[in-house]
Amino acid sequence: MQSRIVEVRQGILKKNDLLARDLRQRFAAADLFVVNLVSSPGAGKTTFLQATLTSLRARCRVAALVGDLATERDAERLKQSGAPVRQIVTGTVCHLEAEMVGSALADWDLAALDFLFIENVGNLVCPASYDLGENLRVVLLSVTEGEDKPLKYPTIFSGADLAILTKMDLAEAVGFDRDEALHNIQEVRPGLEVLETSARSGLGMEGWLEKLARSRAIS
Amino acid sequence: MHELSIAMSLIEAACEEVSRLGDVRVEALHLRLGALSGVVREALEFSFDLAAAGTAIEGARLQIEEIPVAVLCPRCGEERELPSLQHFRCPVCDTPAPDVVRGRELELTALEVSEIPENAVQDR
Repeated sequence: MQSRIVEVRQGILKKNDLLARDLRQRFAAADLFVVNLVSSPGAGKTTFLQATLTSLRARCRVAALVGDLATERDAERLKQSGAPVRQIVTGTVCHLEAEMVGSALADWDLAALDFLFIENVGNLVCPASYDLGENLRVVLLSVTEGEDKPLKYPTIFSGADLAILTKMDLAEAVGFDRDEALHNIQEVRPGLEVLETSARSGLGMEGWLEKLARSRAIS
Repeated sequence: MHELSIAMSLIEAACEEVSRLGDVRVEALHLRLGALSGVVREALEFSFDLAAAGTAIEGARLQIEEIPVAVLCPRCGEERELPSLQHFRCPVCDTPAPDVVRGRELELTALEVSEIPENAVQDR
Protein backbone atom coordinates (compact mmCIF):
# COMPACT_ATOMS: atom_id res chain seq x y z
CA MET A 1 0.00 0.00 0.00
CA GLN A 2 1.11 3.53 -0.84
CA SER A 3 2.26 5.58 2.10
CA ARG A 4 2.34 9.34 2.22
CA ILE A 5 4.29 11.89 4.21
CA VAL A 6 2.44 14.30 6.44
CA GLU A 7 4.55 17.27 7.49
CA VAL A 8 4.35 18.08 11.19
CA ARG A 9 7.39 20.15 12.20
CA GLN A 10 6.82 20.29 15.91
CA GLY A 11 9.23 20.43 18.80
CA ILE A 12 9.07 17.18 20.73
CA LEU A 13 9.24 19.14 23.96
CA LYS A 14 6.64 21.62 22.73
CA LYS A 15 4.42 20.96 25.74
CA ASN A 16 7.27 21.73 28.14
CA ASP A 17 8.34 24.74 26.08
CA LEU A 18 4.80 26.19 26.12
CA LEU A 19 4.52 25.67 29.88
CA ALA A 20 7.95 27.27 30.32
CA ARG A 21 6.82 30.24 28.23
CA ASP A 22 3.75 30.66 30.45
CA LEU A 23 5.93 30.47 33.55
CA ARG A 24 8.32 33.05 32.10
CA GLN A 25 5.37 35.40 31.55
CA ARG A 26 4.13 34.83 35.11
CA PHE A 27 7.60 35.52 36.47
CA ALA A 28 7.91 38.71 34.43
CA ALA A 29 4.46 39.91 35.49
CA ALA A 30 5.43 39.39 39.13
CA ASP A 31 8.81 41.10 38.58
CA LEU A 32 10.46 37.92 39.82
CA PHE A 33 13.96 36.85 38.76
CA VAL A 34 14.38 33.08 38.46
CA VAL A 35 17.63 31.14 38.54
CA ASN A 36 17.95 27.48 37.52
CA LEU A 37 20.97 25.79 39.15
CA VAL A 38 22.30 22.69 37.40
CA SER A 39 25.30 20.51 38.18
CA SER A 40 26.36 16.94 38.75
CA PRO A 41 25.39 15.34 42.08
CA GLY A 42 27.70 16.50 44.84
CA ALA A 43 28.96 19.66 43.15
CA GLY A 44 27.74 21.69 46.10
CA LYS A 45 24.50 23.19 44.81
CA THR A 46 22.71 22.96 48.13
CA THR A 47 25.53 24.43 50.20
CA PHE A 48 26.02 27.18 47.64
CA LEU A 49 22.31 27.92 47.57
CA GLN A 50 22.02 27.85 51.36
CA ALA A 51 24.75 30.50 51.61
CA THR A 52 23.10 32.50 48.82
CA LEU A 53 19.67 32.45 50.45
CA THR A 54 21.09 33.36 53.85
CA SER A 55 22.94 36.40 52.48
CA LEU A 56 20.24 37.56 50.10
CA ARG A 57 17.49 37.30 52.68
CA ALA A 58 18.91 40.33 54.48
CA ARG A 59 18.40 42.47 51.37
CA CYS A 60 15.44 41.03 49.47
CA ARG A 61 12.67 38.48 49.30
CA VAL A 62 13.91 35.06 48.23
CA ALA A 63 12.57 31.52 47.93
CA ALA A 64 13.72 28.18 46.55
CA LEU A 65 12.44 25.02 44.92
CA VAL A 66 14.64 21.97 45.08
CA GLY A 67 14.37 18.85 42.94
CA ASP A 68 15.59 15.43 44.02
CA LEU A 69 14.76 11.85 43.11
CA ALA A 70 14.02 11.10 46.76
CA THR A 71 13.98 12.61 50.26
CA GLU A 72 13.30 16.12 51.52
CA ARG A 73 16.75 16.51 53.00
CA ASP A 74 17.84 19.35 50.73
CA ALA A 75 14.70 21.34 51.44
CA GLU A 76 15.29 20.90 55.15
CA ARG A 77 18.85 22.17 54.79
CA LEU A 78 17.78 25.14 52.69
CA LYS A 79 15.02 26.05 55.14
CA GLN A 80 17.71 26.75 57.73
CA SER A 81 18.33 29.95 55.76
CA GLY A 82 14.88 31.11 56.86
CA ALA A 83 13.64 31.42 53.27
CA PRO A 84 10.51 29.63 52.05
CA VAL A 85 11.57 26.38 50.40
CA ARG A 86 9.63 23.63 48.71
CA GLN A 87 10.94 20.22 47.74
CA ILE A 88 9.96 18.59 44.45
CA VAL A 89 10.43 14.83 44.74
CA THR A 90 10.66 13.53 41.19
CA GLY A 91 10.60 9.80 41.95
CA THR A 92 12.36 8.27 38.96
CA VAL A 93 12.59 11.40 36.83
CA CYS A 94 16.17 12.64 36.51
CA HIS A 95 15.43 16.32 35.83
CA LEU A 96 12.85 19.00 36.57
CA GLU A 97 10.21 19.89 33.98
CA ALA A 98 8.21 23.09 33.63
CA GLU A 99 5.05 21.30 34.73
CA MET A 100 6.63 20.28 38.07
CA VAL A 101 7.75 23.85 38.68
CA GLY A 102 4.29 25.18 37.78
CA SER A 103 2.56 22.77 40.20
CA ALA A 104 5.02 23.50 43.00
CA LEU A 105 4.39 27.23 42.62
CA ALA A 106 0.62 27.02 42.14
CA ASP A 107 -0.30 28.49 45.53
CA TRP A 108 2.66 30.87 45.90
CA ASP A 109 2.28 34.61 45.62
CA LEU A 110 5.08 35.30 43.17
CA ALA A 111 4.68 39.05 43.45
CA ALA A 112 5.82 38.76 47.07
CA LEU A 113 9.25 37.54 45.90
CA ASP A 114 12.28 39.11 44.24
CA PHE A 115 14.34 35.99 43.54
CA LEU A 116 13.38 32.36 43.09
CA PHE A 117 16.11 29.72 42.92
CA ILE A 118 15.39 26.34 41.40
CA GLU A 119 17.90 23.68 42.37
CA ASN A 120 17.62 21.09 39.64
CA VAL A 121 18.18 17.36 40.11
CA GLY A 122 21.91 16.65 40.24
CA ASN A 123 22.60 15.55 36.68
CA LEU A 124 24.74 17.07 33.93
CA VAL A 125 22.78 15.54 31.05
CA CYS A 126 19.00 15.57 31.24
CA PRO A 127 18.23 19.01 32.76
CA ALA A 128 19.84 20.56 29.67
CA SER A 129 16.79 19.72 27.54
CA TYR A 130 14.14 21.29 29.78
CA ASP A 131 13.39 25.00 29.91
CA LEU A 132 11.87 25.92 33.29
CA GLY A 133 11.07 29.51 32.36
CA GLU A 134 14.14 30.75 34.21
CA ASN A 135 15.94 34.04 33.55
CA LEU A 136 19.38 32.65 34.30
CA ARG A 137 20.69 29.12 33.92
CA VAL A 138 23.76 28.55 36.05
CA VAL A 139 25.98 25.50 35.77
CA LEU A 140 28.09 24.67 38.82
CA LEU A 141 31.34 22.77 38.64
CA SER A 142 33.23 21.81 41.79
CA VAL A 143 37.00 21.68 41.92
CA THR A 144 36.82 18.08 43.15
CA GLU A 145 35.19 16.88 39.91
CA GLY A 146 38.12 17.37 37.58
CA GLU A 147 38.89 19.96 34.95
CA ASP A 148 37.57 17.96 32.00
CA LYS A 149 33.89 17.93 32.96
CA PRO A 150 33.04 20.71 30.48
CA LEU A 151 34.49 18.64 27.63
CA LYS A 152 32.56 15.57 28.74
CA TYR A 153 29.24 17.41 29.11
CA PRO A 154 29.36 20.16 26.46
CA THR A 155 25.58 20.37 26.06
CA ILE A 156 24.87 21.58 29.58
CA PHE A 157 27.67 24.16 29.40
CA SER A 158 26.55 25.25 25.97
CA GLY A 159 23.07 26.05 27.28
CA ALA A 160 24.24 27.89 30.42
CA ASP A 161 24.28 31.66 31.00
CA LEU A 162 26.88 31.53 33.75
CA ALA A 163 29.33 29.00 35.19
CA ILE A 164 30.29 28.85 38.85
CA LEU A 165 33.30 27.02 40.19
CA THR A 166 32.48 25.79 43.69
CA LYS A 167 34.57 24.54 46.63
CA MET A 168 37.50 26.76 45.61
CA ASP A 169 38.77 26.45 49.21
CA LEU A 170 39.65 22.84 48.32
CA ALA A 171 41.38 23.68 45.03
CA GLU A 172 44.90 23.33 46.30
CA ALA A 173 44.23 20.19 48.33
CA VAL A 174 42.82 18.34 45.31
CA GLY A 175 45.38 19.71 42.82
CA PHE A 176 42.76 21.57 40.81
CA ASP A 177 44.18 22.98 37.59
CA ARG A 178 42.29 26.26 37.40
CA ASP A 179 43.68 27.37 34.02
CA GLU A 180 42.80 24.06 32.44
CA ALA A 181 39.24 24.18 33.79
CA LEU A 182 38.71 27.75 32.59
CA HIS A 183 40.19 26.84 29.20
CA ASN A 184 37.86 23.84 28.85
CA ILE A 185 34.81 25.92 29.72
CA GLN A 186 35.76 28.46 27.05
CA GLU A 187 36.32 25.66 24.51
CA VAL A 188 32.73 24.43 24.81
CA ARG A 189 31.11 27.81 25.46
CA PRO A 190 33.27 30.73 24.29
CA GLY A 191 32.62 33.89 26.26
CA LEU A 192 30.81 32.22 29.16
CA GLU A 193 31.24 34.22 32.35
CA VAL A 194 32.79 32.18 35.17
CA LEU A 195 32.71 32.99 38.89
CA GLU A 196 35.05 31.30 41.36
CA THR A 197 33.47 30.67 44.73
CA SER A 198 33.54 28.88 48.02
CA ALA A 199 30.35 28.88 50.04
CA ARG A 200 32.34 27.71 53.04
CA SER A 201 35.02 30.43 53.05
CA GLY A 202 32.80 33.05 51.45
CA LEU A 203 35.19 33.53 48.51
CA GLY A 204 33.49 35.05 45.50
CA MET A 205 30.05 35.06 47.11
CA GLU A 206 29.76 38.83 47.14
CA GLY A 207 30.58 38.90 43.41
CA TRP A 208 27.83 36.35 42.81
CA LEU A 209 25.27 38.42 44.71
CA GLU A 210 26.29 41.48 42.70
CA LYS A 211 25.93 39.48 39.50
CA LEU A 212 22.40 38.50 40.57
CA ALA A 213 21.47 42.10 41.31
CA ARG A 214 22.87 43.26 37.95
CA SER A 215 21.11 40.49 36.03
CA ARG A 216 17.82 41.25 37.73
CA ALA A 217 18.17 44.95 36.97
CA ILE A 218 18.56 44.35 33.23
CA SER A 219 16.00 41.53 32.91
CA MET B 1 18.65 8.90 31.11
CA HIS B 2 15.65 10.99 30.14
CA GLU B 3 15.04 9.48 26.72
CA LEU B 4 11.98 7.58 27.94
CA SER B 5 10.41 10.93 28.91
CA ILE B 6 11.41 12.29 25.50
CA ALA B 7 9.98 9.23 23.75
CA MET B 8 6.69 9.68 25.62
CA SER B 9 6.51 13.35 24.63
CA LEU B 10 7.21 12.30 21.06
CA ILE B 11 4.44 9.69 21.07
CA GLU B 12 2.04 12.20 22.59
CA ALA B 13 2.81 14.76 19.87
CA ALA B 14 2.49 12.14 17.14
CA CYS B 15 -0.76 10.69 18.48
CA GLU B 16 -2.31 14.16 18.55
CA GLU B 17 -1.44 14.54 14.90
CA VAL B 18 -2.74 11.07 14.01
CA SER B 19 -6.09 11.81 15.63
CA ARG B 20 -6.49 14.66 13.15
CA LEU B 21 -5.69 12.42 10.18
CA GLY B 22 -8.45 9.88 10.69
CA ASP B 23 -7.95 6.18 10.03
CA VAL B 24 -4.33 5.86 9.08
CA ARG B 25 -1.58 3.49 9.95
CA VAL B 26 1.62 5.22 11.02
CA GLU B 27 4.54 3.64 9.19
CA ALA B 28 7.25 5.97 10.44
CA LEU B 29 8.05 9.04 12.46
CA HIS B 30 10.64 11.39 11.04
CA LEU B 31 12.76 13.25 13.57
CA ARG B 32 15.52 15.79 13.51
CA LEU B 33 17.95 15.31 16.35
CA GLY B 34 20.63 17.92 16.94
CA ALA B 35 23.98 16.97 18.40
CA LEU B 36 23.30 19.54 21.16
CA SER B 37 19.74 18.39 21.86
CA GLY B 38 20.91 16.48 24.91
CA VAL B 39 19.30 13.31 23.60
CA VAL B 40 21.21 10.11 22.86
CA ARG B 41 19.98 8.50 19.68
CA GLU B 42 20.43 4.89 20.80
CA ALA B 43 18.66 5.49 24.10
CA LEU B 44 15.76 7.17 22.30
CA GLU B 45 15.47 4.27 19.85
CA PHE B 46 15.53 1.85 22.75
CA SER B 47 12.80 3.77 24.61
CA PHE B 48 10.63 4.37 21.57
CA ASP B 49 9.12 0.89 21.15
CA LEU B 50 8.42 0.74 24.85
CA ALA B 51 6.65 4.11 24.83
CA ALA B 52 4.76 3.33 21.61
CA ALA B 53 3.26 0.06 22.84
CA GLY B 54 -0.52 0.23 23.00
CA THR B 55 -0.74 3.58 21.22
CA ALA B 56 -1.71 4.54 17.65
CA ILE B 57 2.01 4.68 16.88
CA GLU B 58 2.78 1.10 17.87
CA GLY B 59 4.84 -0.66 15.20
CA ALA B 60 6.01 2.55 13.51
CA ARG B 61 9.66 3.04 12.55
CA LEU B 62 11.73 5.86 13.92
CA GLN B 63 13.64 7.63 11.19
CA ILE B 64 16.20 9.97 12.67
CA GLU B 65 18.11 12.65 10.84
CA GLU B 66 21.10 13.71 12.91
CA ILE B 67 21.92 17.40 12.73
CA PRO B 68 25.53 18.35 13.38
CA VAL B 69 26.27 21.56 15.23
CA ALA B 70 26.84 24.61 13.06
CA VAL B 71 28.12 27.93 14.39
CA LEU B 72 28.39 31.37 12.91
CA CYS B 73 32.06 32.28 12.75
CA PRO B 74 32.37 35.89 13.94
CA ARG B 75 35.50 36.34 11.84
CA CYS B 76 34.62 34.64 8.54
CA GLY B 77 30.95 35.61 8.86
CA GLU B 78 30.12 32.12 7.57
CA GLU B 79 28.18 29.20 8.99
CA ARG B 80 30.57 26.41 9.85
CA GLU B 81 29.86 22.86 10.88
CA LEU B 82 31.78 21.79 13.97
CA PRO B 83 33.69 18.54 13.74
CA SER B 84 33.67 18.24 17.54
CA LEU B 85 31.50 19.42 20.42
CA GLN B 86 34.66 19.91 22.48
CA HIS B 87 35.90 22.87 20.44
CA PHE B 88 33.52 25.68 19.61
CA ARG B 89 35.95 27.25 17.20
CA CYS B 90 35.72 27.96 13.51
CA PRO B 91 37.27 24.93 11.78
CA VAL B 92 38.72 27.27 9.14
CA CYS B 93 40.23 30.19 11.09
CA ASP B 94 40.18 28.79 14.69
CA THR B 95 38.27 31.80 16.08
CA PRO B 96 36.06 30.98 19.11
CA ALA B 97 32.47 30.78 17.87
CA PRO B 98 29.73 30.75 20.52
CA ASP B 99 26.74 31.39 18.25
CA VAL B 100 25.01 28.10 17.53
CA VAL B 101 22.85 28.28 14.41
CA ARG B 102 21.99 24.57 14.18
CA GLY B 103 22.28 21.49 16.34
CA ARG B 104 19.76 21.99 19.14
CA GLU B 105 16.87 20.45 17.15
CA LEU B 106 14.60 17.96 18.85
CA GLU B 107 11.78 17.95 16.41
CA LEU B 108 9.12 15.72 14.92
CA THR B 109 9.22 16.77 11.27
CA ALA B 110 6.78 14.37 9.59
CA LEU B 111 4.65 11.27 9.84
CA GLU B 112 4.71 8.60 7.19
CA VAL B 113 1.20 7.14 7.05
CA SER B 114 -0.83 4.77 4.92
CA GLU B 115 -4.60 4.64 4.67
CA ILE B 116 -6.29 1.70 6.33
CA PRO B 117 -8.73 0.02 3.87
CA GLU B 118 -12.32 0.37 5.08
CA ASN B 119 -12.91 -3.35 5.56
CA ALA B 120 -9.84 -3.51 7.78
CA VAL B 121 -11.04 -0.75 10.07
CA GLN B 122 -13.68 -3.02 11.57
CA ASP B 123 -11.07 -5.58 12.50
CA ARG B 124 -9.15 -3.15 14.69
